[in-house]
Amino acid sequence: MNHQPTLKSSKARTAAQSHFRTLRLGTPFQPHIDALAKTQDWYNWAGYRAPHSLWDEELEYFAIRSQAALFDISPMTKYRIEGPDAEAFLDRVTLRDVTKLKPGRVHYTAWCDDEGFVLDDGTLFRLSPTRFRLCSQERHLPWLLDSAIGFNVVIEEETETVAGLALQGPTSFAVLRDAGFAGVEKLKVFDLAEFPHDGGTVTISRTGFTGDLGYELFVPAEKALSLWDRLMTSGELRGIRAIGYTALNRARLEAGLIVANADFTTAEHAIRADRLRMPDEIGLGFMVDLEKGHFNGRRAILGARAKRKLRYVLVGLEIEGNIPAEHAIVYHKKHQEVGLVSAAMWSPMAKRNIAIASLARPYGDTMVEDLWVEIYTMRELQYQKLMKRAKVVARPFIKLDRRTANPPADF
Amino acid sequence: MTSFDAIVIGGGHNGLVAAATLAKAGRKVLVLEAASEVGGAARTKDFAPGFRVSSIAHVLTRLHPDVVKTLELEKHGLQIARGDFMPSVALSKDGPPLVLHGAYGEVLTGSTPSEQSVWKELRAQLMRYAGILKPFLSRRPPDLAGMSLAETAALGQTALALKKLGKEDMRDFLRVLLMNVADLLDEQLADIRLKGLLAFDATLGSHLGPRSPTSLLGLYYRLAGETGGAAGAQMLPKGGMGAVVAAIRAAGEKAGVTIRTAAPVAKIIVEKGRAVGVALDSGEVLRARTIVSAINPAATMLDLVGPREIDTGFIRKVKNIRMKGDAAKLHLALDRPPQFSGVDAAGHKGRLVIAPSPDHVERAFNPSKYGEFSPEPVMEITLPSLSDPSLAPSGACVLSAVVQYAPYALKEGWDAGKPKFLKAIMAQLESYAPGIGNSVLHAELLTPADIEANYRMPGGHWHHGELQADQMLMSRPVSGWSGYNTPIDGLFLAGAGSHPGGGVSGAPGLNAARRIIAMKG
Amino acid sequence: MKAWDAIIIGGGHNGLVNACYLQRAGLDVLVVEKNDWVGGAATSRELTPGFLYSNCSYVCSLFRPEIMRDLELPRFGLQVISYEGGAVFTRDGDYLANYRDHDAHRREFARFSKRDAEAYDRYSRDVTRQCRFIQPLLMRTAPDPTSLKPRDLGELLYLGKKFAGLSAEEMALRLRFWTMSISEFLDEYFETDVIKANFALSGIIGTALGPMSPGTAYVLLHHYMGEVDGSVGAWGYARGGMGAVTKALAASFKASGGTIRTGAEVDHVLVGRGKAKGVVLAGGEEIYGKLVVSNADVKRTFLKLVEEKELPDIFLRRVKNFKIRGSSGKVNIALDSLPEFPALPKDSPVYRGDMHFTDSMERMERAYDDWKAGRWSADPFLEMVIPTTLDPTMAPPGKHFMSCFVQYAPPKVNGHDWTDADRDGFAESVVAQIAEYSPGFRDRIVHMEVRTPREIEAEVGLTEGNIFQGELTFDQLLFNRPVPGYAQYRSPVGGLYMCGSSTHPGGGVMGAPGRNAAAEILRDLAKSTSHMSPAHDVI
Repeated sequence: MNHQPTLKSSKARTAAQSHFRTLRLGTPFQPHIDALAKTQDWYNWAGYRAPHSLWDEELEYFAIRSQAALFDISPMTKYRIEGPDAEAFLDRVTLRDVTKLKPGRVHYTAWCDDEGFVLDDGTLFRLSPTRFRLCSQERHLPWLLDSAIGFNVVIEEETETVAGLALQGPTSFAVLRDAGFAGVEKLKVFDLAEFPHDGGTVTISRTGFTGDLGYELFVPAEKALSLWDRLMTSGELRGIRAIGYTALNRARLEAGLIVANADFTTAEHAIRADRLRMPDEIGLGFMVDLEKGHFNGRRAILGARAKRKLRYVLVGLEIEGNIPAEHAIVYHKKHQEVGLVSAAMWSPMAKRNIAIASLARPYGDTMVEDLWVEIYTMRELQYQKLMKRAKVVARPFIKLDRRTANPPADF
Repeated sequence: MTSFDAIVIGGGHNGLVAAATLAKAGRKVLVLEAASEVGGAARTKDFAPGFRVSSIAHVLTRLHPDVVKTLELEKHGLQIARGDFMPSVALSKDGPPLVLHGAYGEVLTGSTPSEQSVWKELRAQLMRYAGILKPFLSRRPPDLAGMSLAETAALGQTALALKKLGKEDMRDFLRVLLMNVADLLDEQLADIRLKGLLAFDATLGSHLGPRSPTSLLGLYYRLAGETGGAAGAQMLPKGGMGAVVAAIRAAGEKAGVTIRTAAPVAKIIVEKGRAVGVALDSGEVLRARTIVSAINPAATMLDLVGPREIDTGFIRKVKNIRMKGDAAKLHLALDRPPQFSGVDAAGHKGRLVIAPSPDHVERAFNPSKYGEFSPEPVMEITLPSLSDPSLAPSGACVLSAVVQYAPYALKEGWDAGKPKFLKAIMAQLESYAPGIGNSVLHAELLTPADIEANYRMPGGHWHHGELQADQMLMSRPVSGWSGYNTPIDGLFLAGAGSHPGGGVSGAPGLNAARRIIAMKG
Repeated sequence: MKAWDAIIIGGGHNGLVNACYLQRAGLDVLVVEKNDWVGGAATSRELTPGFLYSNCSYVCSLFRPEIMRDLELPRFGLQVISYEGGAVFTRDGDYLANYRDHDAHRREFARFSKRDAEAYDRYSRDVTRQCRFIQPLLMRTAPDPTSLKPRDLGELLYLGKKFAGLSAEEMALRLRFWTMSISEFLDEYFETDVIKANFALSGIIGTALGPMSPGTAYVLLHHYMGEVDGSVGAWGYARGGMGAVTKALAASFKASGGTIRTGAEVDHVLVGRGKAKGVVLAGGEEIYGKLVVSNADVKRTFLKLVEEKELPDIFLRRVKNFKIRGSSGKVNIALDSLPEFPALPKDSPVYRGDMHFTDSMERMERAYDDWKAGRWSADPFLEMVIPTTLDPTMAPPGKHFMSCFVQYAPPKVNGHDWTDADRDGFAESVVAQIAEYSPGFRDRIVHMEVRTPREIEAEVGLTEGNIFQGELTFDQLLFNRPVPGYAQYRSPVGGLYMCGSSTHPGGGVMGAPGRNAAAEILRDLAKSTSHMSPAHDVI
């Protein structure tokens, strides 16, 4: 495709001027979320007003693990990628083999620049042989458009027009079934299908960011509120609760999942050369498919592997004690700085003190003994400094059979 | 079927130099040329019954001595004699011209004695500074990441050469390096004809005006070239530019190069990140260990390789190479030699330049920024048939001129603009050579759009990419890939789009071949 | 007869910064200023009752926070207020705004192009990378590449190390950036003309170059390297006008024991046996000093204040060749009410920022073509601010002071000196431009001050009215600024130093030249520089 300027008519442009009055947009679900927001604890998610918590961040976490939690993912960046060359295009852009992604399936993937540095990770939904949806943390339109030169494909940013919900937790399947989404029981992990809703369709995939049984639902923005109502109504007896990001963030950490620009810096945002990360440096090396054809960064990734130029490794840590080691420095033999914790918590499900950390190789890679973290814990307005032993452990930190059970259970 | 070690795409002079150099190093080389004859933009062609002309490049200023030596071109028919050096004549509408004789003005006539002595000094300085840069022409750009011992030593030599200048001279060198040519000329010279000529030469072939910072580099580039061992010398090759190419071709064929014309390449075949051959328009597939492209780098990477085999960032960089030509070529078949006012017979055999002042050149440049041609274009004119009667019927005359500024992307389009531009050029010529209009038997104007179409040069740019500071050395053709190799293993770039750039020098072709040999390709 | 330890010629911001640092090092310092007020081009004066005019420089960002802190400027009244936004008005009745909020900024760009909206992050990353590379050089003396002195070699090594930290490709990109035009640089990121124009203006302000001239990408950096309290690239107003900067400097200087004489124009520098001994005022009064520091530009200093015979030919030649062509003018306007711009919603924050009317690269470049031809443009490039939207000290309530920075204004008009008629014609081009977007604008004007290069040179003493005391092209940067061989604040005359914007790192109300010069002077005097903060950490 060619560079199609995405210029708008001056009339449409002028009509859009007033956005400056609303610095934090509401999502299509905002009226319902506002009504539930008892804590009024908001944060800025890509320009949207998103809840940190709605009523109690700890209990919201337990809603994920015990019942069903509803989380608004509309602010996530979404691109529609469609055309005869869509598969070939995505195969060139992303690390995994897209030809193996069948219609009706989803996979978690990542994409790199020429130097093999990760631009972002995200989920790729194959809606049909020629139609995909790519969801990610950051925005990539120029990169996608420039990557599309020479491919017959249309790329459209659809963040605002498509609303998204994550329905996660043990009763999430029952909620969907009771809401009348016939056939939803057939969805295996990473399957997706379209279901009728409110005179239109909703795309439901058995995916999520919690390591639990769960689904994600995408609808046109104008059908968002009716979808919410439908789920809330059917979920009432199954303990459905709307939740904020803090609870979700805990669940994702237990699941060992990473977040762009929290656990690593994406290449288009890295000012300093040492912040750039290759897939192998953030635990995404498994995505790199050398059997498929050419893809962005292949040459650099191969070169770095061959020349042993990988500099970092992302690891799961289990830390002694129960104090979360958030943003703690990791030491070897208590004195040599070797890395930094990017996320940490006491895991209620694992009953372990867990963390994700970025370490400079060989630490965390071939040298995993004698690692320590330096935790500063605030105790009545004073920091107490703790030096705690850390052990490199496998991720995910928890593994729940219900996540993958077929057919899914009611709870 | 014969198998080849290397296939060279494009039989322009750089492609032929690369092929001949590789063949001399023992490679079996095939050259594929899309047109019916080799030479690219350095051909001699008929443009009117009985009239022949050097099709795009017409003045030889920088055929690299290493090329002449390595390929023994003089044995293969290249003739360069000091007596052929042509003067540069700065035409003036309202007075006698100013003439630079010998190798770029060893002697200056037509100006005041004080200007002559200032010029002598300035010329020496320009030559000294261009001389510092000269060694870079025949090497690949320094690889800032991991420099080999030899490279470091070569850079060390440059540093040493700088030191040899002496402290104050070195300071001046560093000050003026990236300056605009107009300011430098204003600092030293008084004669606007001389300033106009130098301003024109500095900006010839680029999208810069004399007041654009870095425009002085263009003059250095010119003076870093040499002809017959004399820096800055220029000549019209006997038989036109095609004769130079014929010599290179002969050298190549002697070394065993096979040349196929009318064999346009449709695709470079890439398997697992490696170039393994080419497919012709005809569908025929030819395979070789090494593929050398001497055509435009963007055309090579985007059209022949295609974006699917290349990373997006590289594609971006290639697309960002600025290559919109700004020069047109004019060929006139005249029924008699023109008479340029005030110019003597020797002068008519020289390079006649219409660039009355730096301001005039700048004013001619201005419209080109907005996609308009100059109503008062500046130009370099030669009358090659005066020194080489074989080019025109007896008594008739060929005029060959490079005319600036003629933006590739003309707002009104060249279909509509071309007749108007030709009219503006003829009006300009008429005022310097009264009566010339009546002697025209045939006129051919090649706009950048024509050059693109006829010579397969994207943008109609004879350097295959603007030759400006940010597209030179380590940044040519794109940053990170200035060593003639590409992200596709086994694929090399050997055209003017690579360092050091365009002009009939053969240097990119020679450097690329040397690099291929060093990389055992 | 009293001999001062140091006499500073010119009480501009760099002269005062220099004076402050020297005084605080224990020297007995005198500043002589020709005007009846200090401040040079950073002044604010009541030119019409009730209105305070920042009649030259008008916004603040580049002034180094290290200097503000060292010289305790907040204690002496300096306060900088970030401004809220900005806009380029488009000819179709719309505008492109810059908002401080990252997402609002993106949404605003998306009104014009979704692609450009999402391209901003990468653009911003790349410019920031360039800034990080160049910013540490501001507060250092440029090394002499021809010198083998350990200190110069050390500086070269430092530069080399900065390079060495980069990948080969990054290095090539850094070097490439320096020689690009802002237009070409922006073409690599954006597709929309008005968005490019919006960024390009930082590449031309204060320079005699158009956005299509190579080297303007660097000029963009020069305007991007500043900050307001750690917010890099942000611009703000000095509360009380730009004069507040120099007022605070003067107060700080006096509080540390320094002396200022205003209304004291220097006629020439006293030189004896190749050494500066003091200055002679226009009235003939001689003032002696152990050393003399000139805040005037290099041409004024060495072509007017020092006799030719005291200077080596090569130095004189280079000073004469120093390029200092004026390229800008100012139109300062007192208004009886806030002008309305129908294109702009009444509650827009843009009123509290910088506004522009040049919505295409071509218009910007054509205005430059006019400058090259020696005339002001009928379609000038304006940077218009109304500081009174945030600063209540500059006009009575409800009334406003407006500052219009105008490009391009040639040093001479068609080869002749500016006349009053030229000046009025120039002013009319500006007022007409504004009135086109703001009906009734003319009726709001209470008073207007027009400053062409002629006025700027006459009042402030900036040769040819060049606001940077010399153009910011490669041949006049780093070790070439002001001239090769004398880029370390010293001059061929012993005891005579330079501290103005003609020296590295150049113009803008930055203070770095004054500070760096003080460091060199103190080094020559073998005095401590412990009262000078090293450069802050880079962003």
